[in-house]
Amino acid sequence: MASYEAWSEARGAEIIAAHADQQGATLPILHALQDAFGCVPAQAVPMIARVLNLTRAEVHGIVSFYHDFRAEPPGRHVLRLCRAEACQSLGADAVAAHVRRRLGVDWHGTTADGAVTLEPVFCFGLCAVGPAAMLDGAPLARMDDAKIDTVLERAR
Amino acid sequence: MSTRVYVPRDVAALALGADAVASLLRQSGDVEIVRTGSRGLFWLEPMIEVATSEGRIAYGPVAVADISGLLDAGMLSGGTHPLRLGRPEDLPFLAKQTRLTFARCGIIDPLSLDDYRAHGGLKGLARAKEIGPAATVEMVTQSGLRGRGGAGFPTGIKWKSAADAVGAQKYIVCNADEGDSGTYADRMLMEGDPFVLIEGMAIAAFAVGAAKGYVYTRSEYPHAIATFNAALDVARREGVLGDGFDIEQRVGAGAYICGEETSLLDSLEGKRGQVRAKPPLPVHKGLFGAPTVINNLVSLASVPVILDKGAEFYRDIGIGRSRGTMPIQLAGNLKYAGLFECGFGITLGELVNDIGGGTRTGRPVRAVQVGGPLGAYFPPALFDTPFDYEAFAAKDGLIGHGGVVVFDDTVDMARQARFAMEFCAAESCGKCTPCRIGSVRGMEVIDNILAGDKLEANFELLRDLCHTMKFGSLCALGGFIPYPVMSALQHWPEDFHTMRHEAAE
Repeated sequence: MASYEAWSEARGAEIIAAHADQQGATLPILHALQDAFGCVPAQAVPMIARVLNLTRAEVHGIVSFYHDFRAEPPGRHVLRLCRAEACQSLGADAVAAHVRRRLGVDWHGTTADGAVTLEPVFCFGLCAVGPAAMLDGAPLARMDDAKIDTVLERAR
Repeated sequence: MSTRVYVPRDVAALALGADAVASLLRQSGDVEIVRTGSRGLFWLEPMIEVATSEGRIAYGPVAVADISGLLDAGMLSGGTHPLRLGRPEDLPFLAKQTRLTFARCGIIDPLSLDDYRAHGGLKGLARAKEIGPAATVEMVTQSGLRGRGGAGFPTGIKWKSAADAVGAQKYIVCNADEGDSGTYADRMLMEGDPFVLIEGMAIAAFAVGAAKGYVYTRSEYPHAIATFNAALDVARREGVLGDGFDIEQRVGAGAYICGEETSLLDSLEGKRGQVRAKPPLPVHKGLFGAPTVINNLVSLASVPVILDKGAEFYRDIGIGRSRGTMPIQLAGNLKYAGLFECGFGITLGELVNDIGGGTRTGRPVRAVQVGGPLGAYFPPALFDTPFDYEAFAAKDGLIGHGGVVVFDDTVDMARQARFAMEFCAAESCGKCTPCRIGSVRGMEVIDNILAGDKLEANFELLRDLCHTMKFGSLCALGGFIPYPVMSALQHWPEDFHTMRHEAAE
């Protein structure tokens, strides 16, 4: 279970400055912001633009291009399910349908109690032990409805 | 003296409980635990190995509940037990392989440079320094090594162009954005033998005159990222890096298209990962406008053994224009799914039936997708196709990065075709129209077909659309997505005439 800092302009500026001097600094900055705040806060976009000498539109274009970056912090737990072909061949679609029904959310949704955010992933490289998933970064193999239920019990 | 027990820390082994096994073993007496990568026999993970007087003896798959029984059976001296597998190198799945690129993976401690050296590491780099940059490039050319990302471009020729290019700064970029479903070779090497990549990149840098290297790793591989960063620290501390050449790892952000080399370069530069028009080629104008060698991770990791054992040794393995070995990744619905490195030429049927043991579910094999989401689906009727760049191209397919994903007879091939278009629509960088718009129209046409609407006209439209995407797209995403779509339509037309399609999300 991850805990994130609340947005603070001073902290945001500090993170941006820490990574701004490297070549091609945008992705390292965005990752560092998301590691700290759980997302890339909208307030950070003009700050990044200023430091990297880009327009706000350019920075927005970069942030929105990449699937990883969230606009809001996730729930207390993040469950990532693989949706790619190797996991499909072992029933990943059915497991995903079960999870969405049980949690009452769609992809990228967070449960009403704020416990779990559900995210799709296209391949963890666990293609020999699928269907694969990760809960808060811990890898999970050979998921089925019963096993994922046990996992969800832990995610409160 | 304590007994040494090897327990993998490959993420697949972790997913199956390897950490708990290691910590219980550590408490269970006089054992020294060495964490390794995986040998790649994933149905046996966690597969642990005990160092005995007769060599390493493997047991697996080991669950926490098995440990007390294993210890009672004398596992620490190689004792008999139902989970005892014997010497790993005698297991048929390993005995049939030719492990060159993966020679050390699963055997050594991935972060011990001494282990790496003791198993032949750094000999390739030493040889390169001995013979000089030009002879190094020549040796890689003579080996016949071709790009293992799938394009199959001769690695030596790429290096020669970069060596000849003029530039104050040159870069070596490793493409570790292994996004194809069914592939995990890059991940396994980064977790199990990261120094082989560092050595391969150091050889490339020496050969073309580059001072800086980047490894672009996908964010879905947190364990590989951590291990590789730790390996970079060790390599710097021990002087393998830092003296004229250094490597930095950068992490992607969930965009499949960044596995395409020019998108990857734009992403490294801090931009949206959009495909560049070629020319200019990256070897002339690549990262930050400088001459750049961008190679797949497996290509770079195959270079040390070529330098060490010689171009001829490597070239003598394989068939046709596909020389050397390919780490083939058996995945999906297979009984024995795992990493199988062998010379080119093995047939698809041997891989799926003989090596892979058929499906995990026990049902008949219906379709095999080779080469990731852009690869064609092959029916069993094409199982005589040898694993070779040209042979797969001749059957309207591709080997890609070597992923083989098996489906049983419950698969709905129309649904797989629609998924291919859906995936392309979600992952298109948006720069060219055939890919950006074609993939969305492709989904719509397949939906219309599945609704039973004007079938013949819509089949014709789908073929026409695939033709446009194949020949009009800027890169392999839009250009190759017709392979899974058209192969599904060609080999399983009956699936497109049913009404059982459920709209994918």
